[in-house]
Amino acid sequence: MMRPRSQPASVLPGFSVSASITALVVTALIILPLAVLVFRAASLGPAGFLAAAWTPRARAAYAVSLGASVAAACISSVLGLLVAWVLVRIKFPGRRLLDALVDVPLALPTAVAGLVYSTLYVERGWLGQYLVPLGIQGAYSRLGIVLVLVFVSLPFAIRVVQPVLESLDSDTEEAARLLGASRLQTFLRVILPAILPAAATGFALALARALGEYGSVVFISGNMPFKTEIAPVLIVSRLEEFAYAEATAIAVVLLAISLTLLVIVNLLQQRLAQNAQ
Amino acid sequence: MANTLPTKPGRTPLDALLVTGAVATIGLLIVVPLASVFAEAFSQGPQAWWEAIAHDPDTRHAIWLSLTVAPVAVAFNTVFGIAAAWLVARFRFPGRTLLVALFDVPFSVSPVVAGLALVLIFGRQGILGPTLAWLAMKVIFAWPGLVLATTFVTLPLVVRELIPVMEAIGPEEELAAVSLGANGWQVFWRVTLPNIRWALLHGIVLANARAMGEFGAVYVVSGHIAGATDTMPLRVEKLFQEYRTPASMAVASVLAALALVTLVAKVVIERRLEAESRDLAAVRNVAAKSDPSPS
Amino acid sequence: MSIHIRGVSKKFGSFQALDNVSLEVPHGTLLALLGPSGSGKTTLLRIIAGLEWPDAGRIEEDGADVTDRHARHREVGFVFQHYALFRHMSVFENVAFGLRVRKTPDAEVRARVDELLHLVRLDGLGNRKPAQLSGGQRQRVALARALAIRPKILLLDEPFGALDAKVRVELRQWLRRLHDEIGMTSVFVTHDQEEAFELADEVVVMNQGKIEQQGTPDEVFEQPATPFVIDFLGNVNVFHGRVENGRAFWHGVPIAYPDYPHAQARPARVYLRPHELDIARLAATGSPAGQNPNHSAGEEPSLLAEVLRVSRSGPLTRITCQPHNSSGELHVDLPTATARDHSFQPGETVAITPRNVRVFLPDPEYVI
Repeated sequence: MMRPRSQPASVLPGFSVSASITALVVTALIILPLAVLVFRAASLGPAGFLAAAWTPRARAAYAVSLGASVAAACISSVLGLLVAWVLVRIKFPGRRLLDALVDVPLALPTAVAGLVYSTLYVERGWLGQYLVPLGIQGAYSRLGIVLVLVFVSLPFAIRVVQPVLESLDSDTEEAARLLGASRLQTFLRVILPAILPAAATGFALALARALGEYGSVVFISGNMPFKTEIAPVLIVSRLEEFAYAEATAIAVVLLAISLTLLVIVNLLQQRLAQNAQ
Repeated sequence: MANTLPTKPGRTPLDALLVTGAVATIGLLIVVPLASVFAEAFSQGPQAWWEAIAHDPDTRHAIWLSLTVAPVAVAFNTVFGIAAAWLVARFRFPGRTLLVALFDVPFSVSPVVAGLALVLIFGRQGILGPTLAWLAMKVIFAWPGLVLATTFVTLPLVVRELIPVMEAIGPEEELAAVSLGANGWQVFWRVTLPNIRWALLHGIVLANARAMGEFGAVYVVSGHIAGATDTMPLRVEKLFQEYRTPASMAVASVLAALALVTLVAKVVIERRLEAESRDLAAVRNVAAKSDPSPS
Repeated sequence: MSIHIRGVSKKFGSFQALDNVSLEVPHGTLLALLGPSGSGKTTLLRIIAGLEWPDAGRIEEDGADVTDRHARHREVGFVFQHYALFRHMSVFENVAFGLRVRKTPDAEVRARVDELLHLVRLDGLGNRKPAQLSGGQRQRVALARALAIRPKILLLDEPFGALDAKVRVELRQWLRRLHDEIGMTSVFVTHDQEEAFELADEVVVMNQGKIEQQGTPDEVFEQPATPFVIDFLGNVNVFHGRVENGRAFWHGVPIAYPDYPHAQARPARVYLRPHELDIARLAATGSPAGQNPNHSAGEEPSLLAEVLRVSRSGPLTRITCQPHNSSGELHVDLPTATARDHSFQPGETVAITPRNVRVFLPDPEYVI
């Protein structure tokens, strides 16, 4: 019955149980694996690390990864803003269906996406039959990588902007319109600044998702070294050659980029929370 | 760019253009691929589809493996998600903000990197490799590795659903239960769980979808041994590599159907969540005065 | 059951919510903790309930130390500010909760809950969900739920805060009757002085984590102990004056103040309540400023002022005046009937005599 005064932070039960479970899982599943990864990379020494992580093939893979991911995140941000705007601001039949369809890439296994995209854009595919004669190669090309990355990252770009657009006060817009601003001016001066932090968060999330993506890209890229090989694919092929050191070094580079993005997303979301208040 | 102010949010030519753009985006990027999965899967008739699914022992095993790995990973996630959300939403302690940021790490780390990290720990040359060999236990290239990798990539899904909901509900109901004499289990089962059930289910549905579909991390730790460690998504890839695209599409169509079921469940659950948050607002007297006791 | 609070302190981060608070609540008392938000009244209530742990100090019930007893074993009825009803449970199950977790037999639960629902006049609403009730009904469910476990102590956090004015007054009187019938010790938190004075046997005024005054409603209202209390009660004329030689000076008008016999003058604040001022029409001209010729020698001298406005609000009429030798305003409240008899007009000169004056020196030692 009696409890030591100093012990409980709150009278609610379960602090030690929930803290133990959380600490165990976070340590075993997040901190330990990443620490091991970094430790193994560090054991290579600076020269060894550089030799493993900075080969011409690895550099090409980073370039393809970054280039395709940035391109995909940009496209996703623009298309995401368009879709979010339409879903929030315009009433039309089928709006709820469109809203539900936005989440398909979150639920659809990426392997399925990769498989179907690769068959859509080949010469005999549903879309390839029109595009390939025009010289547009949507499969086994860098364009193909960008296409699937847009697919997997689009929901992030939409879902972050959507609630902010919903919370935007339409009075402010109407006031701006009444003051004589055109629709474009209203958009650029009133709406865009308000949704910019959310759009930036969406971009960063889309970029993080695209950079790490593997399942869909292996199907569509053709995985040609120096041309269409992304960094995660290179990690896997090094691993399959039992070149652990090189795989680890490349993974650490990728990890560093991901964690940097995570920090940026967190900072942006703090900004977002402050703006909401 | 019309300069007149519309009297109501009616449709202007620009609106029509924007709607067309959005529909085209979702249509080309999402609907067409989704439709083509089913079209391709059934292109040689339902019989061929059924044979590809049911008559290939490796495919059958892959389905079985997915159905055993995903629920276990989701169960881990559920326990972790509830514990972590309870910890973060109900207690204040140093390092809390950092902990919440750590929950997001699996979302931003490439699944391939995560898989590699698990190989470095549990693999034959990993730090626990000798110990596991001595215990005659296999983690990498085996079922435990698949569960670990799947749990890692789905880890944030449940906890991130629960934290905002628990924070919105606040601790008062639980404090009331404690003050009325309830013990920890009674508080959890009778007050907390009923309050978070829809958010929890939402998280579970999303985690399950992700777990069934996970590719990168599982690919790395599985060694993709047909009939042994291939899950459904890995089977899709293997059949594709073997130029058996129709069979690959058949397996893909099962996964796609599962995704559609997930989405329907998600929409239904989200309606319940909205209703619950309206209830919460009403009980907190925020909007109570406008709607006098509907029955 | 009596409650003894001894030297309780509580900090939230760097915020001192309670600072060495001691308080006694005798058995059967209905006590109000009155104060502005952030004064520590809710924290004190939650510490009595065991919902917060004090950093220092003790809580005793009937002389037994319960400081370290967990909220779960305190057997205290607590009504939360927003009621904290279990949203997914019916009204019946809400009320039954405390009995169910004690594994009470079903028949007993049923009988007790029905009895309570009758007591709080919610018969027949047992199957409703909290969201289907009005604010006042929810409040009564919360009360019934708290009473179900037959607590010896009932604690209520702003029990009427979320209700509209009419329901609030009704529930207030009802709660008073309920307290008397059941014979518990009750403590409630409020920021509304009217509520505290109407409902409570004892009022405790709190400010910045400390108790400013404890007493019956009459004592607190008639003899506010500190400048804070008188300010918080509001509706008072405040002037900066001085004290010396056993007298306080208010706009040059001397008032007897034997508590300060020293020759050295000190600044002081003079508080005059509008209903404790006499006001009279000045009959003759040429009287010296600050002296009312209608008063005989030996009486309190009075202040001459010009009437600025006369405004009636219900049974009271407020006369706003400006003292002749000062720029500040002075309010005088009269019963409307009296004011009508006198029919004061703006612009005329009146003599104002205080019946009751409170003087506070900056040094609390010299407080009356």
